[in-house]
Amino acid sequence: MSGTQTTYNDKVIRQFSVMTVIWGIVGMLVGVIIAAQLVWPELNFGPWLTFGRLRPLHTNAVIFAFGGCALFATSYWCVQRTCHTRLWGGPLIPLTFWGWQLIILLAAISFPLGITTGKEYAELEWPIDILIAVVWVSYAVVFFGTIATRKVSHIYVANWFFGAFIIAVALLHIVNSAEVPITLTKSYSAYAGVQDAMVQWWYGHNAVGFFLTAGFLGMMYYFVPKQAGRPVYSYRLSVVHFWALIFTYMWAGPHHLHYTALPDWTQSVGMLFSLILLAPSWGGMINGIMTLSGAWHKLRDDPVLKFLITSLSFYGMSTFEGPMMSIKTVNALSHYTDWTVGHVHSGALGWVAMVSIGSIYYLLPRLFGKSGMYSTGLVTAHFWIATIGTVLYIASMWIAGVMQGLMWRAVNADGTLAYSFVESVKGSYPFWAIRWLGGVLFLVGMIIMAYNMFKTMAGGKVQNVPVIAPAAHHA
Amino acid sequence: MSDFVSEFWNLYVIVIVLVSVVGCWVFLLLQSKAKFTPGVPTGHVWDETLEEYNNPMPKWWSWLYVLTVVFALVYLALYPGLGNFKGMLGWTSAGQHTAEVAKMDAAVKPLYDKYKAMDLQAVAADKQAMEMGKRLYLTYCMQCHGADARGAKGFPNLADADWQWGGEPAQIVETITNGRMGVMPPHEQLGAETIKDLANYVRSLSGLPNDSVRASKGATAFNEAGCSGCHGPDGKGMQALGAPNLTDKTWLYGSSEAVIIDGISKGHSNKMPAWGEFLGESKVHLLAAYVLSVSAK
Repeated sequence: MSGTQTTYNDKVIRQFSVMTVIWGIVGMLVGVIIAAQLVWPELNFGPWLTFGRLRPLHTNAVIFAFGGCALFATSYWCVQRTCHTRLWGGPLIPLTFWGWQLIILLAAISFPLGITTGKEYAELEWPIDILIAVVWVSYAVVFFGTIATRKVSHIYVANWFFGAFIIAVALLHIVNSAEVPITLTKSYSAYAGVQDAMVQWWYGHNAVGFFLTAGFLGMMYYFVPKQAGRPVYSYRLSVVHFWALIFTYMWAGPHHLHYTALPDWTQSVGMLFSLILLAPSWGGMINGIMTLSGAWHKLRDDPVLKFLITSLSFYGMSTFEGPMMSIKTVNALSHYTDWTVGHVHSGALGWVAMVSIGSIYYLLPRLFGKSGMYSTGLVTAHFWIATIGTVLYIASMWIAGVMQGLMWRAVNADGTLAYSFVESVKGSYPFWAIRWLGGVLFLVGMIIMAYNMFKTMAGGKVQNVPVIAPAAHHA
Repeated sequence: MSDFVSEFWNLYVIVIVLVSVVGCWVFLLLQSKAKFTPGVPTGHVWDETLEEYNNPMPKWWSWLYVLTVVFALVYLALYPGLGNFKGMLGWTSAGQHTAEVAKMDAAVKPLYDKYKAMDLQAVAADKQAMEMGKRLYLTYCMQCHGADARGAKGFPNLADADWQWGGEPAQIVETITNGRMGVMPPHEQLGAETIKDLANYVRSLSGLPNDSVRASKGATAFNEAGCSGCHGPDGKGMQALGAPNLTDKTWLYGSSEAVIIDGISKGHSNKMPAWGEFLGESKVHLLAAYVLSVSAK
């Protein structure tokens, strides 16, 4: 190599990290608004700001804008550091950042206008779908290009998960978004009937499995051992749970279609692989939490580690709850109720958001040339506010969901329904109010994070960090 | 009926499901055979500090994994899952539903039979029967006719004394059992002026304010345009056709001149769905009695 030393490309990571916090606030604010609309229906200003149009905006903003930016930032950081090389891909790198922001902006405009494919978590219309495919393939080229130019022979475990997430999401997006364009803003699905439903939930559950799980496990495998300063608990466990996880997730979709027109055999297979998914999921939790063994005391005064370890606890909890809910008889009670909403948010707030927040707190000072965040006290405050918000959210949805399920199935002695639907709505009000409060707390935490972030960035020196040479004894 | 277009896909599903489930187990077994050195790192280092211990998988975790695989295999033997194989228990979700419905139907049959044997008027006067009728109404009828049975625009008020298709017990039973289809044909061809005359005449029939010159022209047009064919020469309607009485205070779509003009010009098409097949005779009987009981005498 010539005289100038190679440095990491941290610019794109700075961009994605800051936008993670910004989009987190936006997405969660929309969540708080739609939660409020359920309690106070007068808040539907319409047609643009009604629940039906804002709900996909919320889900897309938190999953793809907040979660997506966090995944881009952490995967770009992790792949450079663990491959001991600069990010590969030249102009494709800024393309992933600006392209992704453009997609988010188009989503924020098109959803309130009512432009939608109607496919859950894939509501964006076909021109934006094409843009997503282009940006995603660029992301894959950058990520795997960096892997290919690595200076160490072994690929670190976090990169397996990031890599699987990138490949699977490309596959899911392209297959599920196959549609026939009619106009610039309207298309029809390429699939029909129960096949369409099956494709959508194959996509839908793998969006959970790969976007919201595999990617964030990649994040966990870098930031937990880094922050704990301990080796990963078990290499072999990571091998087994990685392959088992990515293999079995692909089968789990049918559990969203229990007791529907989907053939019984397909429902059974979906349920069984969802159950088999329990152990591979817990493998990730065990490997993360056990990494801390011998260093438990660090949890006491390190709020970043608190975020990371708590996220793993919520991950373990929701990946136990998920297989249980996939059992047909349990699903008969839980399906279509707020229990599902609670389950999703124990994963989304407790796991995905918390592991992202912890990782971004790790990155921010390092990206802006500081020794730590502007205020560790505010990070601790954020942790407790977010945890209380999550618990309020999940607990209220559990109670509301089980109540709804029981009310819907209750019958009188003459076989008529004991409750009309609207009575279950009325009974849900107090719990929807608590859920809204939980959401408000979580949002407040994000606003505290933004304040802390901008204070940390102020006067920070952005330096080009030289690529570290691989450890000498590394084969 | 098979879910597969050919036997190949049936076998394909069976093989791929079994290989996948068993494969999960085999993979765990093979990986468990690796050499472990607990508490000792593997020797690989990334980014200065990232290392991995070569610890074995926790035993309880491996057993949990095996347990789920065994459960899956047992389940596949008992329940549908392997293509066309029905499972040893012969369970189907449709079968479960049919059995549950049959069980409930059998349990409540004596209750409904008791009222089925009674005259509709007598059922309408029976307190317990009307509690049941109300619950049925709140399940099946409320969505259109309202919780208080007072209807909505386009959906008849059941609580008043007016009947679109007749209020005799047999007529109510017929309405619920086979449904009704009410059609008012469009009359745009009459021209805007004549339609406006007609609207004023129609308003005059029920004593609403109107333009008397137009109303008298409308009275002539009412017969000439054929309105009287359905609504009768005196405008009192014809229940056999579901043609509303225009002389009363009941308005299905509204009584303003603009609404009436719109109705005459574009017509109406309205439908009460048929419930006979879905609910069965005894439930229809109770519902008819309930409708009778809430209507004004």
